[in-house]
Amino acid sequence: MLDATPSCLEVRNLVVEFPGRHGTVTALNDITLDIRPGEILGVVGESGAGKSMTGAAILGLLERPGRIAGGEISLAGRRIDGLGDRAMEKVRGREIGAIFQDPLTSLNPLFTVGAQLSETIRQHIPGTSRAQARARAVELLQEVGIPAPQERVDHFPHQFSGGMRQRVVIALALAARPKLIIADEPTTALDVSIQAQITGLLRKLCKEHDTAVMLVTHDMGVIAETADRVAVMYAGRLIEIGPVEDVLKSPAHPYTRGLMASIPALGARVRTLHQIDGAMPRLNAIPAGCAFNPRCTLAGPRCRRNRPDLIPTRSGQAACWLYEGGVE
Amino acid sequence: MLVFVVKKLLNAALVMLAVSFLAFLIFQLAGDPVDMMSSEQSTQADRDLLRERLGLNDNFLVQYVRFVANAAQGNFGISYRNGQEVLGLIADRFPATMELVLVATVLSLLIGLPLGILTAIKRGTWYSEILQFASIIGVSLPSFVVGILLILVFSVTLGILPAFGRGEVVELGWWSTGFLTKSGLMALILPSISLSLYQVTLIMRLVRAEMLEVMRSDYVKFARARGIPRHRIYFRHALRNCLMPVVTLTAMNIGTLIAFALITETVFQWPGMGMLFIQAVTFIDIPVMAAYLCIVALIFVFLNTMVDITYAVIDPRLRDAK
Ligand SMILES: Nc1ncnc2c1ncn2[C@@H]1O[C@H](COP(=O)(O)OP(=O)(O)OP(=O)(O)O)[C@@H](O)[C@H]1O
Ligand SMILES: [Mg+2]
Repeated sequence: MLDATPSCLEVRNLVVEFPGRHGTVTALNDITLDIRPGEILGVVGESGAGKSMTGAAILGLLERPGRIAGGEISLAGRRIDGLGDRAMEKVRGREIGAIFQDPLTSLNPLFTVGAQLSETIRQHIPGTSRAQARARAVELLQEVGIPAPQERVDHFPHQFSGGMRQRVVIALALAARPKLIIADEPTTALDVSIQAQITGLLRKLCKEHDTAVMLVTHDMGVIAETADRVAVMYAGRLIEIGPVEDVLKSPAHPYTRGLMASIPALGARVRTLHQIDGAMPRLNAIPAGCAFNPRCTLAGPRCRRNRPDLIPTRSGQAACWLYEGGVE
Repeated sequence: MLVFVVKKLLNAALVMLAVSFLAFLIFQLAGDPVDMMSSEQSTQADRDLLRERLGLNDNFLVQYVRFVANAAQGNFGISYRNGQEVLGLIADRFPATMELVLVATVLSLLIGLPLGILTAIKRGTWYSEILQFASIIGVSLPSFVVGILLILVFSVTLGILPAFGRGEVVELGWWSTGFLTKSGLMALILPSISLSLYQVTLIMRLVRAEMLEVMRSDYVKFARARGIPRHRIYFRHALRNCLMPVVTLTAMNIGTLIAFALITETVFQWPGMGMLFIQAVTFIDIPVMAAYLCIVALIFVFLNTMVDITYAVIDPRLRDAK
């Protein structure tokens, strides 16, 4: 880290395993990343790369039988991996807010948005009266740009449009002023015309409150507009991380180059995709050495033998031997 | 909301008309009531007079309209068997059946709901597996077998609970209740258990399935991510979303219980409507059968309408539906 600011989130060598009948699957392998307060880290990668899994591991919401098999997760200097369920209930919502993909189904249809907001507020800020919680709920709705919040607070989720519901979800995630927000594809389910508004809102609020954000998305446009840094995942590993301009414009890892080339340039009409040959390996069939080597045009014998760790590049890090002694 | 209620009530009225038509048809198909009501010695003049008095000379439609009009006022005519007012006969028996059904319903909810929740949230534990297994037995045992077994154990062998009758009852206006005396309450125990056993298992299995389904939903996952404690998620977020099917099942089952109480009533010699109906069938007492049909249908339709309205109260999305 070049910067002296202390990290908000620190993930060190995180390993997540799923024990199963046919042996143990390593879903996340040696993930190391950190996010500073007020910083937005975009996380990209093919479907199944482990983006959501990373978020779930941080939130302590891994589905059984998944478990953290190694590494550390710290929030503002405090270890949070391995905390019990009770202790994690105080971390989730209070210190880490979450936003999921589908705003249509994230809210309980049987309770007013006000009730759900108050519930979250009163859960995390003990001693808040009903009236105070309600006033705070109205304030939050105002903050996320819901018109006539005084009235809307008593409405049910089905009375809101998709975009408005996602704003409510953001209000819920922010309700207790968490230090970190994990947003897992927050705009994927939304109409294209609303996507920019929602990510813009997320960015604005997090900058205002100095909240760190882990933003999982498939949309490089969103990354370009919203993120400060980008992390690229592949087959349960982190293969590149760096400032957004560098990763988008001059990616260091061959996989990232392929990924960027497969995305049409902004404004370009022709959609010729320079897709990478082959497919991401299944988790139980990851090749030796660099996980990407069978698909990599630059791979050499070393890539098939040894697995590269993250290696410093010009401005970031990439897990590729090109940056440390070559592929031979 | 008002439009919604009015619409449901109109629906209900239509269904009742259809049922009353069926009940009316029973009269038509059952042969000539004059034959059944008159004795060997009655003259042709007597018979004609009776025919005229019963309005049997009018055409079909006029007779049907008259039947509906009378039925709507609670007038179902006179029993062929003992010449008493049919409505009075049913009113005598109605409280016995209703009390039995009420207790059975409350029992099934009181036992079925917690068991369903328990087996859902403690899925995979040995006791939840045992309960699951036991519930299959509960579903497949016929209620008369359960009734006879209960009588064998608690009345014949142990001799602690009565095997038949209602015990002492107290009259409250036209309603006779067994709730106020010890023997009345004791008498309720075995029949209500045997009537409710099937419902208990049904509700338990339904609640379990619904709970598991809801626990997988996105809003439950999101509630977990908001740091809402488990017990609150189970009992507030999940349970409330399970209640709709439970309400439907319970209400529908009250209807079914009334209809099927006649088996339990026969086993326990319970003086309810079911017993009355069985007697009516053996004597081909058409007015009683028709009235029983109409009243059971009315209860069904009433419950159905209540269910629809309850839905709207539980689920805000239905309130605005046109
Ligand atoms: N219960 C499980 N047992 C074994 N492996 C699992 C289990 N659940 C998920 N995985 C694996 O973990 C990997 C990571 O999944 P994850 O949901 O994090 O992908 P993702 O990067 O979020 O993809 P997407 O872009 O499609 O959301 C997947 O390859 C998946 O097969
Ligand atoms: Mg995902």
